[in-house]
Amino acid sequence: MSVFETLRSAFRGITANKLRSALTLLGVMIGVGAVILLLAVGNGSSQRISGLITELGTNTITVRAGSGFGFGGGGGGGGAATTASSSSPKLTLDVANEVAKAGLGHIDAVVPEVQTSLTVANGATSQTSVSVIGTTPNYFTVTTAKVGAGSGFTAADVTSAAKVAVIGSTIANTLFPTGTPVGQTIDVGGNTFTIVGVLATQASVGVNDPNAVVVAPISRVQRSFTGFGAISSMVVEAIDSNSVTAAQGEVSVELNQLLKYNPASLTATAPYTVTNQATLLQTAAQSAQSFTVLLGAVAAISLLVGGIGVTNVMLVTVTERTREIGIRKALGATRSAILGQFLVEAASLTLLGGVLGVVAALFGAQFPINGTQPVVLGYSVPLALGVSVAIGVFFGVYPAARAAAMRPIQALRSI
Amino acid sequence: MTPAAASIDDFAAAPTTSSTPVLELRDIRQVYGEGEAAVHAIRGIDLEVTGGDYVAIMGPSGSGKSTLMNLLGCLDIASSGQYLLGGVDVSSLDDRALAKVRNEQIGFVFQSFNLIPRMTALSNVELPLIYGGVKRAERRQLAREALELVGLADRVNHLPQALSGGQQQRVAIARALVTSPTIVLADEPTGNLDSESTDDVLGILDSLSRAGRTIVVITHENNVGDHAARVLSIRDGLLVADRRNRPLPTVEVAA
Ligand SMILES: Nc1ncnc2c1ncn2[C@@H]1O[C@H](COP(=O)(O)OP(=O)(O)OP(=O)(O)O)[C@@H](O)[C@H]1O
Ligand SMILES: [Mg+2]
Repeated sequence: MSVFETLRSAFRGITANKLRSALTLLGVMIGVGAVILLLAVGNGSSQRISGLITELGTNTITVRAGSGFGFGGGGGGGGAATTASSSSPKLTLDVANEVAKAGLGHIDAVVPEVQTSLTVANGATSQTSVSVIGTTPNYFTVTTAKVGAGSGFTAADVTSAAKVAVIGSTIANTLFPTGTPVGQTIDVGGNTFTIVGVLATQASVGVNDPNAVVVAPISRVQRSFTGFGAISSMVVEAIDSNSVTAAQGEVSVELNQLLKYNPASLTATAPYTVTNQATLLQTAAQSAQSFTVLLGAVAAISLLVGGIGVTNVMLVTVTERTREIGIRKALGATRSAILGQFLVEAASLTLLGGVLGVVAALFGAQFPINGTQPVVLGYSVPLALGVSVAIGVFFGVYPAARAAAMRPIQALRSI
Repeated sequence: MTPAAASIDDFAAAPTTSSTPVLELRDIRQVYGEGEAAVHAIRGIDLEVTGGDYVAIMGPSGSGKSTLMNLLGCLDIASSGQYLLGGVDVSSLDDRALAKVRNEQIGFVFQSFNLIPRMTALSNVELPLIYGGVKRAERRQLAREALELVGLADRVNHLPQALSGGQQQRVAIARALVTSPTIVLADEPTGNLDSESTDDVLGILDSLSRAGRTIVVITHENNVGDHAARVLSIRDGLLVADRRNRPLPTVEVAA
């Protein structure tokens, strides 16, 4: 029997029973479509999270004064200074400088920060509760705060405790609605500062506006506002994102030594807290990963169920058509002619269903699902297609092969 | 039977010298199952059928008629014994060669018609030609002629379920003779038909016989047996009588 005749009889077989063919198509289509789409959703959400990680900086850790989240942050240096007992050493600028000079292998830079909350004003326009950060010039290179216009302050400014400031974009917009703020002056808690730069606008990840800040030399902020006691925090930059954990360990060991803190001791309270946003986000990324795996499992199950559906239809078909196979053999069909027909039938049905499933999934992936834009995984398309076609062809051909191997009379006798 | 453009001679057998048997059975036995439960359906049959003969096989139910017929049609393989079809030992053939034998030498008519549903009468008749590798146009032509011959020229595009039992059996006969096989085997071809359809079918078989085709037909109706030139009786898997009604049919030479 020629290839053309094989194709013709396969096509006849497909069109002869439209309901069966449609069900097979649908089963494969749903299975394939679900696998591709679900994996795309999982992939999309984990890509979103890794995007967030890079945006927040992956290679920094933050050391805050105090033994818990309650003591750190916006409470101000003064607050931290009063809460820590005067008898135990505190996280001071000197300590930060010691850490920076200790020659720790996985550390690139240490950025000390003092922080307080003040009212800033430009003439009659003012804004209350602005976060005023005193720090060193490497603040602008290490943290995600980058200078957008003008420039940062210099090490000389820190040495001379110059009254210069870099302001966040929210402050710039509020206090200087028209014209450029660079070169102008601003009143910070009663002191006049010269604006040398404006920060580039940052994406907001928490409740606080990261653009409502004033950044000034640490020496100036300490002298004018917070005093020379404990600093609020220090940001430590690891040499790369893979060294964050190692850097965190080194910093902890060094700080424990400098602050005479024994973490094994039950009575001592920790004088500092280390937080690592990258680690937190990596945890989030991991959960996104397991989300993808979960979705993949669901997808695999739907592929399996689709496959069982196809298998069922195919098995019923062949059983139903064993008599037909017997007739064809009695009329002179060879085993290979019958196998060819059933192979082409099963393969074209499942392939067509699979392609429709791929098209449906690619179309569905154009639309965000629950805020996440699905991103189709390249390997999922051939995988889903291959598995479903393999299932369809196997269960379409295997029983047919058994029937074709029978003597004609055996096939004719079976129902 | 309405006279048709196609003539029975289109499907006439190649002239065979009457001395050579087209089929020859030597101590054929067929056993179903094993051990205690074994059923000896055929218990040693020797038989020769000459080319152009018209043979009826008769016998009570369960005597092994169908079993014998399935062996003759190469639909089944005997447990033991030798079956020579046109001088070739069939038991030595592989799947491909057997398929070729079934396709070219044998035309089988079943009691239950065995047409493929969802395929038109024409497509059903074309089927053996497809497996025989006949080109589409020629195939169409031959199938139409065969259907004309059995008086179904106006039913070519009907599906089997839209045909009466007699018409379905005539389609099956057209399918059996479209390849011009060496022998036509019919297992109770009229078993499921009323008397009128029976006459139609027997008429076709008679004319095929007159055209020189070798025919073996199973029946347990005496009037069917009367059409045959030779009547074999089977009982309990053994040949018990071999009677000739009339001499070997002579071929009516076409004008
Ligand atoms: N596939 C089989 N398995 C087991 N036994 C079988 C099989 N086919 C036939 N037989 C047995 O072989 C014997 C002969 O059966 P067969 O069908 O040849 O009878 P028959 O002469 O055609 O009868 P009928 O006139 O009723 O059609 C019976 O006893 C039957 O039960
Ligand atoms: Mg029978």
